[in-house]
Amino acid sequence: MNSIQQTFASNRPAGRGVLVVYVTAGDPSLEETVEIVTTVADSGADIIELGIPYSDPLADGPTIQGASQRALEAGATIQGVFDCAAQIRERTSIPLVIMTCYNPILQFGPETFVQEASKVGIDGILASDLPPSEAEQWCAVAAEYELSTVFLVAPTTPPQRVARAVECTTGFVYAVARPGVTGARDELPEDLKDSVARIRQVTDLPIAVGFGISTPQQVAAVCEIADGAIVGSAVVDIIAEASNHEARLQQVSRFVSALAAATRQ
Amino acid sequence: MTTETEQRSGRFGRYGGQYVPETLMGALDELVQAYEQAWADLEFHKELEYYWRYYAGRPTPLYLAERLSDLCGTQVYLKREDLNHTGAHKLNNTLGQVLLARRMGKPRLVAETGAGQHGVATATVGALFGMETVVYMGVEDIRRQRLNCFRMELLGARIEPVESGKGTLKDATNEAIRDWMANVENTHYLMGSVCGPHPYPTMVRDFQSIIGQEVREQCPEQVGRLPDKLVACVGGGSNSIGLFYPFLDDDVELIGVEGAGHGLHTGEHSAPLAAGSFGILHGSASQIMQDEDGQIINAHSVAAGLDYPGVGPEHAYLHESGRATYVSVTDEQALAAFDQLSKLEGIIPALEAAHALAWVIEQAGNFGEDEVIVINLSGRGDKDAAEVKSLL
Repeated sequence: MNSIQQTFASNRPAGRGVLVVYVTAGDPSLEETVEIVTTVADSGADIIELGIPYSDPLADGPTIQGASQRALEAGATIQGVFDCAAQIRERTSIPLVIMTCYNPILQFGPETFVQEASKVGIDGILASDLPPSEAEQWCAVAAEYELSTVFLVAPTTPPQRVARAVECTTGFVYAVARPGVTGARDELPEDLKDSVARIRQVTDLPIAVGFGISTPQQVAAVCEIADGAIVGSAVVDIIAEASNHEARLQQVSRFVSALAAATRQ
Repeated sequence: MTTETEQRSGRFGRYGGQYVPETLMGALDELVQAYEQAWADLEFHKELEYYWRYYAGRPTPLYLAERLSDLCGTQVYLKREDLNHTGAHKLNNTLGQVLLARRMGKPRLVAETGAGQHGVATATVGALFGMETVVYMGVEDIRRQRLNCFRMELLGARIEPVESGKGTLKDATNEAIRDWMANVENTHYLMGSVCGPHPYPTMVRDFQSIIGQEVREQCPEQVGRLPDKLVACVGGGSNSIGLFYPFLDDDVELIGVEGAGHGLHTGEHSAPLAAGSFGILHGSASQIMQDEDGQIINAHSVAAGLDYPGVGPEHAYLHESGRATYVSVTDEQALAAFDQLSKLEGIIPALEAAHALAWVIEQAGNFGEDEVIVINLSGRGDKDAAEVKSLL
């Protein structure tokens, strides 16, 4: 069992949901990302999604677009993010999942990318614009280096595509809570329970729900129906709005602790 | 319609595909199916031909530009897409897609636009069929294409200004796709070029192929044979593929003209075929402008409709296979051609089309006297008059 599945498995007996927290690497700087991620891990997150910033992230709303833009302007590169991940790995053993778009991976070279990721201690990869139907070679490369794959399943994904996504996944299934882009929303969609049940029917893999999950209440509600909750934009907002480094770590810590507590309700 | 260039659904050699978030895959599957059914349905073609003929005013003339021919030392014919309703070839495609959207029962249209011609053509069909229409347009393009913005509003469309990136076509395309993703249930994304995920490159090409089909009939009627060369500008590449496609199996030279902006050596251009590399943008694999980390580089062209760091996957394939030749001309050359055609023929061309004209004018003297060259005059230049005046 890989480290990602292990994390879900060890939470399950206690009835705890898994908290996945997304952070855009390089916003405000790669040095700070090391400390932010360490803080997120220390505050009770179970898995980190580390975003490699991309200039044109189709699946992302204004919050993560803004973070990506700031990170790129601050000089974040793919190699820089890998170096950052290596430093994070020295401080914590929390599973790290890279999230990015496929073009950066393609330019770095899929095999080199996976090799490098594996070397610095990355556990899994999610390319948000690489649907399973285009991912045959990618899955083979990831498997060769024992990196877990994560794929998205949307509420609009037809059954045969759900089956295909599950087949390609070796980490967890990322259930997209709603149509549209990433970003904080006030309410959970009404059909979320059905969407998750639809995936559950065809797989025993862990299922985590993301897109629009931004409060401890929502995390608690999601953990009732799925194995985990993914929070991104709400954390990215805190990182962006804090006035200085100390305040940033303090606010991130407070927020992630509240989210983590919600997974145990 | 399939060709030897499509080795499998939505692929042109190693180009094309569907690289989009899963959230869109359901909608793409639905669109592929609806499109294939419609394209195989005689009723659909009848309806489309009706609107092309009685609403858009097709066929557009193939016009022998005599004074331009004298200047170039050859026979230059202009395919007058500028005379199509709304002033550009864009309406050919929006009519096709709006009929498809109606078949799919989608009452809302979203589109991206650069020069505003596609936005106007989308707003037009939105008005024609009483559909809510939202057009995403970069703030820089809104600035330089004011007239078209006013036209879109007059037609009842809502313009959503896009501030991200450089505020041009690439950024508008991102936002249009994001809107579609959030509203897939009731919305059709009416993409204006032969870019994007499958089926857009194939579908938009098929709708624009009416341009080449007409030339294929008109040229033998008027000249007695097929043309020797076809020349068209290439941004995303819809007018050029529409002209080229029906001639792929003929002994006819195909020349696409990209925007060299301030010059290829400056990096400020919109010529991914001349100076780009293999990558993914807006859902398909093609030649794109990017840095070594795969971050997309902003394009530059004086012509808003060419100001895009990617190109349709079928062009990338035709470029790689050598079936078509791609060249580029600078902003300055295009501006000169804009002025020249206006004074020589009494036709003010769109700055995009002026690129195709500029290449032929540059090559003056290199053609045979009896050669027949067809330039796609993809749009009229009224929209550019104010911008050109400020540049001259």
